[in-house]
Amino acid sequence: MSSATAVPATSQPDASGHFGPYGGRFVPEVLMAPLEELEIAYRDAQQDPAFHAELDDLLRHYAGRETPLYFAKRLSHELGGARIYLKREDLLHTGAHKINNCLGQVLLARRMGKHRIIAETGAGQHGVATATVCALFGMDCTVYMGAEDMRRQEINVFRMRMLGAKVVGVANGSQTLKDAINEAMRDWVTNVTDTHYLLGSALGAHPYPLMVRDFHACMGKEARAQILEREGRLPDAVFACVGGGSNAIGIFHPFVPDANVRLVGVEAGGRGKATGDHAARFSGGAPGVLHGAFSYLLQDDDGQVSLTHSVSAGLDYALIGPEHAWLHDQGRASYVNIGDEEALQAAVRLSRTEGIIPALETAHGVAEAIRQAPLHPGEIFLVNLSGRGDKDIGIYRENLKELDAGL
Amino acid sequence: MSSRIAQKFDELRQRDERALVAYLTAGDPTPSRSVSLVLALERAGADIIELGVPFSDPIADGPVIQRAAERALKAGATVAGILEMARRIRQHSQIPLLLFTYLNPVLRYGFERLAAEAREAGIDGCLLTDLSVEEAGDYVQRMRAHDLDTVFLAAPTSTPRRLELVARYSTGFVYLVSRTGVTGEQDQVSGSVTSMVAALRNHTSKPIAVGFGVSRRQHVETLRAEAEGVVVGSAIVRLIEQYGASPDLEQRLETFVRELKQGTRAPELAAR
Repeated sequence: MSSATAVPATSQPDASGHFGPYGGRFVPEVLMAPLEELEIAYRDAQQDPAFHAELDDLLRHYAGRETPLYFAKRLSHELGGARIYLKREDLLHTGAHKINNCLGQVLLARRMGKHRIIAETGAGQHGVATATVCALFGMDCTVYMGAEDMRRQEINVFRMRMLGAKVVGVANGSQTLKDAINEAMRDWVTNVTDTHYLLGSALGAHPYPLMVRDFHACMGKEARAQILEREGRLPDAVFACVGGGSNAIGIFHPFVPDANVRLVGVEAGGRGKATGDHAARFSGGAPGVLHGAFSYLLQDDDGQVSLTHSVSAGLDYALIGPEHAWLHDQGRASYVNIGDEEALQAAVRLSRTEGIIPALETAHGVAEAIRQAPLHPGEIFLVNLSGRGDKDIGIYRENLKELDAGL
Repeated sequence: MSSRIAQKFDELRQRDERALVAYLTAGDPTPSRSVSLVLALERAGADIIELGVPFSDPIADGPVIQRAAERALKAGATVAGILEMARRIRQHSQIPLLLFTYLNPVLRYGFERLAAEAREAGIDGCLLTDLSVEEAGDYVQRMRAHDLDTVFLAAPTSTPRRLELVARYSTGFVYLVSRTGVTGEQDQVSGSVTSMVAALRNHTSKPIAVGFGVSRRQHVETLRAEAEGVVVGSAIVRLIEQYGASPDLEQRLETFVRELKQGTRAPELAAR
């Protein structure tokens, strides 16, 4: 691990993919040369105007960018404090921000001559987005998903299958995102010559955290311009939920140099820290290596990875993306956690004040904005509304029985 | 000072034998049984033992070794416990012992603490599956300071530049992964082993051991012409899984490994 260097205002990694001491490339040797190849292909694509033109065209005409910035008037009024704006990624094709990165990576895979795509998915949003772009480009698609997640996100499992993807259930360990990534990596080490691993979060070995962030930075760039146009100034705080951290890093990134904008990442507090059933890496974890990257990791004293819990499958993961670890250590972003119950209540509140049912993951970010808004009158809050709640209706019903009974 | 691992390869070279490197997951089925199993492997002719330290998320392992890790963790295996196992093995045996694991358990234990305690416990070296040579600077330095070997993996996808790095950072031997994929038994030895060994020899004169998919005497015989050693893992672990509760496990293991060992000997000296 390299030692910490001077704080880069734009948070770019060093040449070998380290954000400060975090990140890097911790994978079996069989994947090292393919990762070098991927990095070269990515940097090459970044320099190619034709790549950007095709990606921008797809983002606009296929996925539906730019997404609106919506002023949540009733919610803000009810809370009586900060003015809350929502970046409406829930309106994007497939229902979440995940498609931004999938379109970028599928173009890259095609450029590299790889015709088979594999992916992991937790909540199923990344799996659906991957299945979608594979359908669009006629590529073979296999998605690994924890058996527990398949149960709680069954609608997304069917969506993937309808889109032509093969969904492979993983019954190991906690049967959630971590185990799905294990299995996807085993597939990748076996089939690396013709397969691209379309990793869906700002995790994994370099260049994934960098690449995934860059493909999602459109959210922050748009939101920054939109809020300047609407309010004539930058927001005081930006909120986003953090599992691996792709939606958060995408919206944070363009604001990192704006020192007066608070960046707030919201982890899953699950059933509470005392229970051990959570995914709050900064308060409960310590630096370690999982799935290719060095970052804050929930682990035991022997370095075994802990089982996590969150009512939302997309936040239920033991490691936080390495760039978040670096933003945290620099004090540039702060990270809090919101428990299952508070997230569920925030989802109901947003539904009833604004007519927007958010994804359960997203509801964690909304909940923290709701908590802070009354404390900051006169401020402007920006919340990344990273996904819509259709996929979570089953979990909402399970957890909001009084609503389901019509009470 | 030459390490136990280097000495073993020297001795074997003089006898025109290849090294049989035997893997087992330490603590499977129990810590005390592992000690007995290592001694059985040695009696049967194993030359070097890889003591697998179980990790919760073994991405480079197939189902057999994944299940072994689960069993070992359930039985309470820890780095400290496995070092204690090594001390007990050392009361009876001088067989070279190589820790074989993933980075995080070692990172958590601390490189310096591990190197110092492993050396004292009689461990000879270490291999971390997911630690690339690029990230290994601190680790290699600490291990060297305590005279421990560092073995790194070379893979079918490794470029010449990477083979050179892997060979340079490896001491004791270089572990050549014979095919892309996870650990597990295969019907045949990969057809490209000859060319991979040749490519690696362009960069090193260190001994090469070939692993991944080696499980039968015939595989070992095929590889005799290619490399100084072979690694057998999943086939051994599968026997431990099948007969872990049985008192004749050691006997079964010995019979299986004795047969493999024959394949490492010159044909005229090997028992049929």
